[in-house]
Order: sequence, then C-alpha cells, then structure tokens
Amino acid sequence: MFGKKKNKDVEIVNEANENAIQNKEIDGLSQGQIVLRRFTRHRGAMIALFTLIFLILFVYSASGIYLGSDKQPFTIQGWWHYKITDHPMLVFGKDCPGGSTGCPSLNLNPFSGKFGFGDHPFGQDDIGRDYFALAMRGAEQSIMIMFIIGGIGGLLGTVIGAIAGYFRGRLDGFLMRLTDLIITIPSLIIGAVIGYKVGNLGVVVLGLYLGIFSWTGLARLVRGEFLSLREREFVDAARVAGASNRRIIFKHILPNAVGIIIVSVTLSMSGAILLETALSYLGFGVVPPDVSLGSLISNYQESFATRPWLFWWPGFFIIAIALSVNFIGDGLRDAFDPRQRRRISKKDRENAKVASKA
Amino acid sequence: MLTYLARRISQLIVILLGSSFLVFNLEAIAGDPLEELKTSSDPRKAQMIIDLTRKLDLNTPPPIRYFKWLGGIFTGHWGVTRDGQSVVAEISQAIPTTVRLVLAATIIAILVGIAIGVVTALRQYSRFDYAVTFISFLFFSLPIFWVAVLLKQFFSIGFNDWLADPQVTTPWLIFFGLLAGVFWAGVIGGDLKRVLTIGSVAGVSTVAILWALSVTKWFGSPTLGIFFVLGMGAGLALLTTVASTGLGNKPSRNTAIAMVVLGGVLYYPLQALFAFLKTNYNGWIVVGLAFGAIGVGALTGFFFAKEDRKPVMRTGAIVAFLVGLLILLDRVMQEWSPYVNSDFVSNRPIPTLGQSNDELVAQLDSHPNFWMGTLDSLLHIILPTIALTLISFAGYVRYTRGNLLEVLNQDYIRTARAKGLSERTVIMRHAFRNSLIPLTTLMAWDFAGILGGAIITESVFSWVGMGTLFRRAIVAFDLNLLMGVFLITSTLAVLANLASDLLYSALDPRIRVGNGN
Repeated sequence: MFGKKKNKDVEIVNEANENAIQNKEIDGLSQGQIVLRRFTRHRGAMIALFTLIFLILFVYSASGIYLGSDKQPFTIQGWWHYKITDHPMLVFGKDCPGGSTGCPSLNLNPFSGKFGFGDHPFGQDDIGRDYFALAMRGAEQSIMIMFIIGGIGGLLGTVIGAIAGYFRGRLDGFLMRLTDLIITIPSLIIGAVIGYKVGNLGVVVLGLYLGIFSWTGLARLVRGEFLSLREREFVDAARVAGASNRRIIFKHILPNAVGIIIVSVTLSMSGAILLETALSYLGFGVVPPDVSLGSLISNYQESFATRPWLFWWPGFFIIAIALSVNFIGDGLRDAFDPRQRRRISKKDRENAKVASKA
Repeated sequence: MLTYLARRISQLIVILLGSSFLVFNLEAIAGDPLEELKTSSDPRKAQMIIDLTRKLDLNTPPPIRYFKWLGGIFTGHWGVTRDGQSVVAEISQAIPTTVRLVLAATIIAILVGIAIGVVTALRQYSRFDYAVTFISFLFFSLPIFWVAVLLKQFFSIGFNDWLADPQVTTPWLIFFGLLAGVFWAGVIGGDLKRVLTIGSVAGVSTVAILWALSVTKWFGSPTLGIFFVLGMGAGLALLTTVASTGLGNKPSRNTAIAMVVLGGVLYYPLQALFAFLKTNYNGWIVVGLAFGAIGVGALTGFFFAKEDRKPVMRTGAIVAFLVGLLILLDRVMQEWSPYVNSDFVSNRPIPTLGQSNDELVAQLDSHPNFWMGTLDSLLHIILPTIALTLISFAGYVRYTRGNLLEVLNQDYIRTARAKGLSERTVIMRHAFRNSLIPLTTLMAWDFAGILGGAIITESVFSWVGMGTLFRRAIVAFDLNLLMGVFLITSTLAVLANLASDLLYSALDPRIRVGNGN
C-alpha cells in the first residue's frame, strides 16, 4: 500500500506534458463548451443520462398522462393496456408454476416460445391489479416528485442564498438564522408531518410542500459563493459602469455560481426520490388508492419469499432512477470543477506527440 | 472565545425556540387528536372526548398552548402522551435503544468508509477506484427499507437454513476466493505480476481457510479459543503497526508483539474473572478492563521506545485494546452452542425482528448470565447494523477520497516527499491527518441525524426507539410526545453543529472562531 514511487522525476515531467495536452484541448472554447465537452466525455454520466431519459419516456408513455380536473380531464392514453383501476382476472393454477398466484409473464429467454412481455409482465397484486401498471404509476409519481422537489428547492435555495450573500448585513443574518432553524428539523420529520396531512391531496401537492423545506443546504452553498464572488473585480467593474443590483446578480454573479447550483440540485434530487419512497413506505406519503414505489414495497415485503417479483420491480425502479441521477450529478461536478483534470490516456499522449511533431 | 461561545449558544436557543414553535403549530394544525374518537361508536364517546380535551388542553389555541408547553419544559414537566404516560419516561426508555442501534453502525461506517476512501484516493483512476466509485453510488441510491428486507431474507433466513448443514459448497468457495483475490489485488496494486501474485495468494488462502473451517464443522459451533485470539491478534497487530509507525520501527514492532503475547498469557486468568462477571455483572469492571488494556499498551510502548515515544505508545495502546476486544469476543462466543441449542432459539440464531429475545430475557431474570445476554443483543443488532452501515459508509468513502486527493495535490506534500520522507509518513502523517479535518463536519451531521434518522430502520426491524415513538406520535396526533422527540433530536443537531465548528477551529489553526464571522 505504501510502496515507494520509483520514478518521481518522470512523473513531474509527465505532469507538465499533461498540462500542455489539457490546455491544447480547451484552446478557443467558451466556458459552456468546455463544460459540455467534459460532461459528454464522462462515460458513466452519459450512460446514466440516456438511462434516465429512456426510463422517463418509458414510464410516462406506458401509463399515459392525466392532467386537469375530474370534470374536464385532459388525458393522453398510454400504450399499456391496463390501468391501476382495472381488476383483471387473477392468474393462478396451471398458468403459474410453483402454485403461486399472479405470476409475472415477462420472459426474456428468446428460445422459449413465450418470449416477450405477455399479459402481466410484472405479475399481479393480491386483488389482480396489473403490477406493471402499478409499478409504472409509482415510478411516474417518484419522478414527478423528484423534479418538483428539485425545482422548488433549487429555486428557493438560489434566491435566498443569493439575496443573503449579495446584500449581507441584517437581511443575511435573518435569512441564515431562518436556514439554521429549518436545518434543525430532520427532513423525515418535516416530511412525515406534511405527508400525513397532504399525502391524500396527490403527489404534486406533497412535492410542493416538501420542496418548501428542502432549500437550506443549497442556500448556504449559494450564499458562500456569492459572498466571495461579490468581492471580485468584475463585479466592481460592473458596479462602476452603473449596473443595477439586479443586473449584477443575474448577469454577473449567477452565471459564475451556476455550476455548484446545478450539481447540488441534481444530487438533492436523488435524495428527494429516496425521501418520497421512504415516506410512502412508512405510510406518510402517497396514500391508497394511489400508489408509489415505496408503498408497493411496503405492501408486499411480506410476500418476498413466495412472490419475489412484487418486491424486486419497485426496488429496481427506485435504484435505477436514483443511481442515474447520482451519476449525472457526479459527471456535472467533474464538468464544472475547473480544478478537475481528466486522466490523460496513452492515446491522448500519442496524439499530442504526433501533433507536436507535425 | 467566551464571547463567541456565549453568542453562539444564545443563537442556538433562539433557533430551538423558533423551530419548536414552528413544529408545534404545524402539527397542531395538521391533525385533530379527537378525530378517531369522533367517528367511533363507543357509547361513552362524549365523556371520552371531554376527558381527552381536558387532559391534552385542547381548548387552548395552539400558539398559547405552545407557551404553556414551553413553561413545562423548563420545570421538567414535558406533558403526558395520549395514553397518560409521562413523555420523559417514554423518551428516556427509547434513547438507549436508538443509540445502541445507530452508534455501532456509525462507528463501523466511519472506520470502513475512511479506510476504503484512503485506498481509492491512493489508487486514483485504477480499476479498484472505479469499482468502489460505482459501489458507493449504488449504496447511495439504495432505499434502506429495501436493503433491510433483502438482508432479512438472505442473511437471516438463508443463513439460518444454511446453519442446519454448514458446508461451504464448491461454487461458494470459488466465489469467495475470487472476491478476496480481486479485492486484495485492487487494494495493494502494483504491476501486473504483483497484482496476479497478491490476488492468487489472497484467493487461495481464503479458499483454504474456508475449506478447513467447513470440513472441521467449525461453522456449526463457532468458538474462537486461545489460538484464534492469538492468530487474529497477531494479524491486527501487524496491520496496526504498518499503519501507525511502519514495520521498520523496531520498538513499535516489539510493543505490538508484546501486547499479543500478554494477551495470550492473561487469557486463562481472565476467564476466571469472566466467570465472576457472568452472574455479577458490573459495567465498571468492563470499562476498567478497557482502560487498563490501553494503559498497559501505552506504558509498554513508553518503556520499549527510547526516543520518539508517542507513536510507539499509540501502537501499543491500539493493539492492546484490540487484543482485549478479541478476548471479550471469545468469551461471548463461548455461549454460542448453549444459546443456539436452547428452546427459545431452536437453531435459528440470526433473528429478523426485535431488539432481544423475550423468552431469554425472562429466563435471565432468574438465572443471570451476562455473556448470553450480550450474545443475544449482538445477534439482534447484526442486521440493522449491516443495513445502516451499507447506506452510510458510501458517503464517507467519497468524502475521504475527495479530501485526500485535494490534500495530496498541495505543495507541502511535494515538499515532504522531496525531503525524502517515506511514502507511509507522507500519507499517514502529512496528508491523511489534514484530510480528516473537513470530515468532522460530516461526522457532526451524521451524529445529529442519529436519533431522527433511525425511523425507518426501527420500523423495519421492530425496535422501540425514538423513531417508533415519533411515528406513533404522528399517527395519533400525540403532540406532547412528538414535541419531546423533536426537542431531543433538534437540540442534538444544533449542539453537534456547534461542536463541529469548535473542533474544526481546534484542528485547523487557519480557522479562527470569535473574530467577526
């Protein structure tokens, strides 16, 4: 573990070369282009991004979209033929091996005659509802709440942090004490109190309320960034040129702080989906007859030994979504971090050599 | 400094007052404690409503009720729950449970997380690094209730089934061998030849040990014995010496060896003491033994080293403590066979629910056996601890890795290497210590989350701690109980935050408290 590095001097020379290679690469690119290029080169993040987009399209197109009120519904039909309100016949007997009920019909073996989704790919729940439709509905709720909490928390956190950091003084003191106050209340406690009250109002309202309490961490980060950025020369220059406070905040400081905001919001979104599923698991979040991935797991954890698919699928969707978001956040952090240096591969080094000789 | 403390503490009090006011009113508005009664068909409904209204003082508007409640807090009267129990009594019963549940997991997560984080930072951009990165992101994304169910199924039910005929089959032998080989090759690293050598040695020895244990049916009655204690002790002594001073330090090496030998010599005399403890348990003796071990270790180090005594004493103290721990563990494991074969366990030692075996507890009242009680508690705590550790150790891995990489890029590390210090000294003394400073903040937040954060774990594993109380309070709109739980958790949170700020300034002289902000 502590083996001596033999070729220290070689390493230092290499470091200089690496810097040269790296500088060459970003010659003549704008900040945005550099960030985009760094992000697209982060393999994990790109895979995660495509996975997440695919999941979102898949989930929403399967279960369709329901907006509007009961009187004037605005719906787009999904391509899946069951809804969570349907109660098809419970499959059992000879159709289900091992004597279980509501077994899944998903078959990924291309050589068996039954390859494909089948009628109930994820099986059926106790009363025969199609589990694929339920899981899609749950995933839809989780994705929605994730974006709502991320959006509201991001907006509030940015505004409060920016105001506190830019104007300083009493306003800053007041806003930061408010932040401290809300930080002392554990998110699960807030979530449970709110969720128990508004869980039955649907996932949008639940997300809105949870978002109102989830801006504190970001506000602190943004405030710190603003405190240091407002002392920089370009802000002084803008002020001397007669720019208003609003212009300085939005045009000069905010673009410089956007990196940490995006990264922090992304990472808080994966926390949001875990918070929502945990609340629903405890019975404080989404309540029946509506479903969430957390409540599905909570309902069927006892049947794990006999009907494991009722347990695996909701968990799979939670993990897939949260993992994708985490990887995207990691890629964004690497992309926005100016100190971050990509690993120079052998190929880059060869290319650089060729380029310098030519 | 004192003015800073006074200012901070007064701020904390204001914050606590504000947040408790907020939560009190939020919850008072959120639900009606009489709701359940109002819809009931009990003939004494009207009288019960009146009673409960009087008991919980529901006719007073919430903001005023808050101040009444606040007055009670300062006089030590925290109100009663819906069932008429004293809130203080309920909470003081729940706190030890939750602390027990979370403390072990937090400590393990911190130790393992930091260790793996350091290794990934040293092997940056290696395959090991990428694998650990992926695994920690995976653990970040796991819902704990999901992990808990899996653990119950595979680790508890599956393991108990396996114990009926504890044979490690060939596929599992190969699996564990490969796992150990890949892990150690990744940790130690080096060129291809070295990686292959290390990997195969680690893999083959793991397979050999598992096979030997399986053939001798050790898993059926896993006792440790003096040889195991000595062997494990020697391994731990080696690791500690490598990390603490390096094997080249002769006094340190000798101290570590002496501690293991001393452990072997004291093994049998200690058994007599343990037999006494079995029926006359006294916590102070155990604590005294721990401190005694640390003291003896440090003292031996002091005499073995002629100069630069501190690191040698440190090595001695750590090794002595670990060997002591092994001897204690050995004593606890001696109860395994009677415990597992007893009626109330009936050969299924890893439980899925609860914090202790009720039948055993009832039996221990008449036949005190401290060691069996300990074994029972340990077995009950295994699953929740694994679940909590899995979830929280990923954070420490990522955080340690990031900090250490940042420190390793600093100029003073280059200076330390340039003046010819060994790689071990550079990393452990110059880089690692400084990278730990920002970690105090994370630890403080983790600690603050301890009491509030165990809600799900307690619910999944049916433990009655703070989380259970809190959940009960929410469902029943039990305001006094909820506020009691909240007051404890939020006070801990702000205190931990203050402590982390103070610790930070104590560890990092560049940061000063007291001047301005």
